[in-house]
Amino acid sequence: MRDWNLQGRNRDERLARAAGLADGKRVATADARALLEAVLEPGDRVCLEGNNQKQADFLARTLASVDPARVNGLHMVQSVLALPEHLDVFERGIAAKLDFSFSGPQGARLARMVADGRIAIGAIHTYLELFGRYFVDLTPRVSLVAAQAADAAGNLYTGPNTEDTPVIVEATAFKRGIVIAQVNELVDSVPRVDIPGGWVDFVIQSPTPHYIEPLFTRDPAQISEIQVLMAMMAIKGIYAEYGVQRLNHGIGFDTAAIELLLPTYAESLGLKGKICRHWALNPHPALIPAIEAGFVESVHSFGSELGMEAYIRARPDVFFTGADGSMRSNRAMCQAAGHYACDLFIGSTLQIDLAGNSSTATLGRIAGFGGAPNMGADARGRRHASPAWLKAGREAREGGGQMPRGQKLVVQMVETFREHMQPAFVERLDAWELAESAGMELPPVMIYGDDVTHILTEEGIANLLLCRTAEEREQAIRGVAGYTPVGRGRDRRMVENLRDRGVIRRAEDLGIDKRMATRDLLAARSVKDLVRASGGLYDPPKRFRNW
Amino acid sequence: METLTYEYRGGRPVNSPPPSVLVGVVGSGNLEVLVEPAPLGGLCRVEVQTAAVGFGATWQAVLDDVFARHPLADVRISINDVGATPAVVGLRLDQALDAFAGGTQP
Amino acid sequence: MSSYYEDSARGRLDGLLDPGSLIEILPPTERMVSPHLRQLDTPAAFDDGIVVGEGRLDGRRVLVAAQEGGFMGGAVGEVHGAKLTGLMERALDTRPDGVLLLVESGGVRLHEANAGLIAVSEVMRAVLAVRAAGIPVIVLDGGTFGCFGGMGIVARLCDAVVMSEEGRLGLSGPEVIETTMGVEEFDSRDRALVWRTVGGKHRYLLGEAATLVEDDVAAFRAAALALLEQTPDLSLAALDAEHAALGSRLERFGDCRDALDIWEKLGVEEPEKLPILDTAGFLATVRDRRA
Repeated sequence: MRDWNLQGRNRDERLARAAGLADGKRVATADARALLEAVLEPGDRVCLEGNNQKQADFLARTLASVDPARVNGLHMVQSVLALPEHLDVFERGIAAKLDFSFSGPQGARLARMVADGRIAIGAIHTYLELFGRYFVDLTPRVSLVAAQAADAAGNLYTGPNTEDTPVIVEATAFKRGIVIAQVNELVDSVPRVDIPGGWVDFVIQSPTPHYIEPLFTRDPAQISEIQVLMAMMAIKGIYAEYGVQRLNHGIGFDTAAIELLLPTYAESLGLKGKICRHWALNPHPALIPAIEAGFVESVHSFGSELGMEAYIRARPDVFFTGADGSMRSNRAMCQAAGHYACDLFIGSTLQIDLAGNSSTATLGRIAGFGGAPNMGADARGRRHASPAWLKAGREAREGGGQMPRGQKLVVQMVETFREHMQPAFVERLDAWELAESAGMELPPVMIYGDDVTHILTEEGIANLLLCRTAEEREQAIRGVAGYTPVGRGRDRRMVENLRDRGVIRRAEDLGIDKRMATRDLLAARSVKDLVRASGGLYDPPKRFRNW
Repeated sequence: METLTYEYRGGRPVNSPPPSVLVGVVGSGNLEVLVEPAPLGGLCRVEVQTAAVGFGATWQAVLDDVFARHPLADVRISINDVGATPAVVGLRLDQALDAFAGGTQP
Repeated sequence: MSSYYEDSARGRLDGLLDPGSLIEILPPTERMVSPHLRQLDTPAAFDDGIVVGEGRLDGRRVLVAAQEGGFMGGAVGEVHGAKLTGLMERALDTRPDGVLLLVESGGVRLHEANAGLIAVSEVMRAVLAVRAAGIPVIVLDGGTFGCFGGMGIVARLCDAVVMSEEGRLGLSGPEVIETTMGVEEFDSRDRALVWRTVGGKHRYLLGEAATLVEDDVAAFRAAALALLEQTPDLSLAALDAEHAALGSRLERFGDCRDALDIWEKLGVEEPEKLPILDTAGFLATVRDRRA
């Protein structure tokens, strides 16, 4: 007779080994390492919760300190590698294989360790893709997560930074895995239940509150007049043109400039109520003036942002909040929302090639992908219509006699040169060389050219939907690439022809007076202006203050 | 540091120009542009001191377009640059030359 | 409202002085650039980062100097310093109604080494000579780069300092303190700490800034005008009183570890709320609470 419950029995064995360490579900802080050594087995698939913002930092330190003779060969499956400990576990031989999405600050060290053969990378995923695999072939055996508080029954309260926790715990708990949570505090009753106690096996109080990175705060003081000009073009040339109501913004000063121009420039164009009403977006402080001006009806978030807690609590009509008043974020849900329910994604990148493929990969760094690929890809499974989606689809198919369907607007917004005169437009992405040197099967492309609908630079907007041939597409891109070698290599006659057809539109073609593009147009020019716009509710991290 | 000089012909002199116009600041990613009337026999001369070495062709392309927008004669344009991007260079030159031709300091 | 903090040196003078009244001395067209920077393969500025000249402030004749923080953090080199010293000497000759120094500087320009050090010490002596001649010298401090090092000393040698809360005034800058004393002593990236230690509000509470204004060029203009109306007291008795005040300040606050402790000792209720108050609210809250 085949045993159909091997996983359940194995789980019972693990729990039995840990029984002496737990009082109910609570394990003493000092016993954290002993707990991990008791429940982990060599070769386990482990999810160590690393998010964009919230980090299970105490459990990361603890895992990096276990005895490699007892715990080794782990297969780490986590969305973000943010902390040094996330790589220390490989250096110490505790872990051997890695499947992940984004490695931002650890990208350079990761590349070195891969080159040295210390880490075997399974694949680099987009978020939804990795979360999907949690339920298919990368289900964690043990998950180490972080929450704000737990009660005696193991009910978890994550606070505003719910982020990845629900998807991780769901995949682990319902496949007979083990869920261990570090919490900032043990309480009698949690303000709300974000994760039911029945899905959680152990809770440990962390010696210090979990680390949260303020990743989405951009100081308006650093926005340049060129970025203001580009934001004006985005609003007038794309948002107004398509009537974009539902959207996601990438992270950066370019998009922060758009957010800060809504209550001023967009308002002056009479666009309130006509654009930017619904957002899949983290609570960007730069969005405060637009919210206060009545532009924004709803915002659902992947994660929270440090300092925005009281403001969010005071604007429950806009944000998704629990009965306790604090925000509930959810990366998996918001990624799905951004992919299927938004009409537009706009974000920056480091390099764009002649086909419109864009990449943030640089040599010597394996950075992985953030949220951009899921946001910045046409949702082939979308069926509901909206004016913006239909217009984009019409433009792409005009005259082709094809089955009508819509298309997502995917906008890449870059200055033609980055700092130190690095051109943003290149003949060949660095991603190719990185793929060769790191032994990847594919060049790491953030957004594929066939998903990009518009490229916006200080030189104008290239509408790739209207290009009918690969050559037109290339010249449209060259036509907004300014004085980069790619831009100087344009066919001037063809570019002027594309401009006549409206494929390329310069600021003057859009009726934008470049002399208006000054910082005076920003609804907030400093973090302090944002605090004042929030009525004192926004409490920025101290590194962003100048008071 | 690199010194670059460019000369343009075929422009028109400005009637009663201001004694000079200065725009911008010599800071990282920025530049200062000084525009003065000068008896150059109809030439427009641009002298660039730049911290970013090896971008002569880029300067040429940017300045060609600037001259096409502002065809001026008997003008001396002096630039101190700290690696400004072409976008910033074009913006500052437009600001400076608009002010010079319009006779107002921005 | 036009932000003083964000404006350039020339923009600030434009907004500060009566329109069209500035007559610049050694303007950019003179190309009086630093002789040192070229040798170091470093970009120079046509005005060496400082505008000096004569203008009118509501009709009053004033000499002005404005440092450009965007150029080398407003650092004082040989030419830059000589322009300042020359302006002071001119004040002795032409006896204006006052001298306004729009400071924004990290101090001596290290590239120019001794030439910069000597230049700053010459500025100090020149300021004292102008004051001794009965001509008020007023400092305006609200720029992005603050006022530190030798220029911090210069500022305190003048008759009065006008600051915005964004302005900073000190001797060693935050990064210098962190480098020499360690991050435990002073974390220069903790911007809230930096501003409550060297920012305008604290300088005003300690009495080092005579006036605190909003970050607005027009507010600086109004404050400078008001200070020009006052006659500085340069008597020995006033000097003795100032020394006594400094002595008692050290006694009262010498054991404080943070500006918050000082504000509490000054009798400010809820001192932690001071940083976020706007200027009007702050001035109302701290009325009669200054050291």
